Amino acid sequence: MFDELRDLYQEVIFDHNRNPRNFRIMADANRRVDGFNPLCGDKLTLFLKIDDDHVIQDASFQGSGCAISTASVSLMTEIIKGMSEDEAEALFKQFHEMTTGKTEDVNLEAIGKLAVLAGVREYPARVKCATLAWHTLDAALKNQQEAVSTE
Amino acid sequence: MSYPIEQIRADFPILGEKIRNKPLVYLDNAASCQKPQAVIDAIVHTYSHEYANIHRGVHTLSVKATDKFEAAREKVRAFINANSDKEIIFVRGATEAINLVAQSYGKSQLKAGDEIVISAMEHHANIVPWQMLCQQIGAVLKVAPINQQGELLFDEFEKLLNANTKLVAITHMSNALGSINPVDKIIAAAHAKNIPVLLDGAQAIPHMAVDVQALDCDFYVFSGHKLYGPSGTGVLYGKQALLEAMPPYQGGGDMIRQVTFEKTTYAGLPHKFEAGTPAIAEIIGLGAAIDYVSAISMDKIAAYEAELLDYATEQAREIKGLNIIGQAEHKGGILSFTLDHIHPHDIGTMLDSLGIAVRAGHHCAMPVMDFYGVPATARASFAMYNTRQEIDVLLQGIKSLIEVFG
Repeated sequence: MFDELRDLYQEVIFDHNRNPRNFRIMADANRRVDGFNPLCGDKLTLFLKIDDDHVIQDASFQGSGCAISTASVSLMTEIIKGMSEDEAEALFKQFHEMTTGKTEDVNLEAIGKLAVLAGVREYPARVKCATLAWHTLDAALKNQQEAVSTE
Repeated sequence: MSYPIEQIRADFPILGEKIRNKPLVYLDNAASCQKPQAVIDAIVHTYSHEYANIHRGVHTLSVKATDKFEAAREKVRAFINANSDKEIIFVRGATEAINLVAQSYGKSQLKAGDEIVISAMEHHANIVPWQMLCQQIGAVLKVAPINQQGELLFDEFEKLLNANTKLVAITHMSNALGSINPVDKIIAAAHAKNIPVLLDGAQAIPHMAVDVQALDCDFYVFSGHKLYGPSGTGVLYGKQALLEAMPPYQGGGDMIRQVTFEKTTYAGLPHKFEAGTPAIAEIIGLGAAIDYVSAISMDKIAAYEAELLDYATEQAREIKGLNIIGQAEHKGGILSFTLDHIHPHDIGTMLDSLGIAVRAGHHCAMPVMDFYGVPATARASFAMYNTRQEIDVLLQGIKSLIEVFG
């Protein structure tokens, strides 16, 4: 019945929505940023532990959101663990380009598992759901303290 | 009941549209209603044959446009049974009307320490203008609570009324919950203490007959676009004596009588509050919308929509995992709901793929969402052109998406 939505709701997304990874409060986090989408009321708090060598040792989140936003943040926290801050920042930019469709030639291979979220490009109303986590990450990497809003 | 549903549907060209190759099922009426051909024609006719700026021109077209514009005012007056067309102020929408009352009446009549009473089910448009006023003059906002069904706790409301209360501003019908407030009792309780009452009629006006004299409300506001009219139109009704005592809200255009650089004298009602060129063709379109619904009869529309709501509610209750948010005893055609483990945004996208337009979000009523502890709801809202078959399509869609999400 929802055949044409298969690009948007891939099985990986359902899986991460049902069982979000790294869904926990991190007591010893040294970065903590709240993200908020005023359009739908989605909120999340992203926790990062970044060591002296600028490597993300741990990432976790709390919050509530739709399947797209939950899968996006769940996948993100899995992938950025072990990345340097620069690598994570570069991935944010790639992800942003992939979901907003600003460049046609995003390297889907390089972006790995995150490619399951590429379908959101066709649903402009849902792009913010997918990018909320990443804008929050961007703020955390830049060590901003104030909450991130998609508006 | 004779209700010309087929004819009504045929009058709305957009209802013949296909969305993602499926017939449109438009259930986002609480956000904005679709327009009948008569409204579209009125706008096209105005721009094609009778358009000019109003009130100042001595030429024929200006006189024609002015006549049509003022005829629309008379249609609004008759529609809500105001005493005089001086009490009908055209604005851009209900939101602007509330801001006008807050900034003009509020600033001139209220002082620090005075209290304004609203309810916990208000739309942001009936919260924020009062908060802004409170910040400006040091007044205090009081919020009457609701119960889990989404009904105003009338006793608690009444307890908030005291010698400091200078205004009650409350929704006639909640956009997020569908609750219809006991406005007769509210107005009687407030008037017993000489407190004026503003009713936010944005949701109520398209769904029931409203008589401002019978209600005895002091202000009534609504938007044209929810009454099958054009967006950018709205009405502030106010009792004449109150409006007379209020200073202008904005300056320029029709609101002046005479201007020198030393002093300006203001026009009389209603023009005192109508600065600048209004949405001329659109207001004329609003007049056409009022003609259209009046010809069907608001009472018939209300009865038809009540049947739709009963049917939808009965069927929705059968769906396991569906929670209806807002189950007031006295309720208009709004089915706001959540589904266990499925976010409203996902509901909205999935239903859209079936051609069904519902709202997913907080409906500009974030405090209501906080009260129920949900970030958002999905909301199907009914209008006079919806049918049982469309509700069946909605409910079948909901059942299917519950299966998909498993």
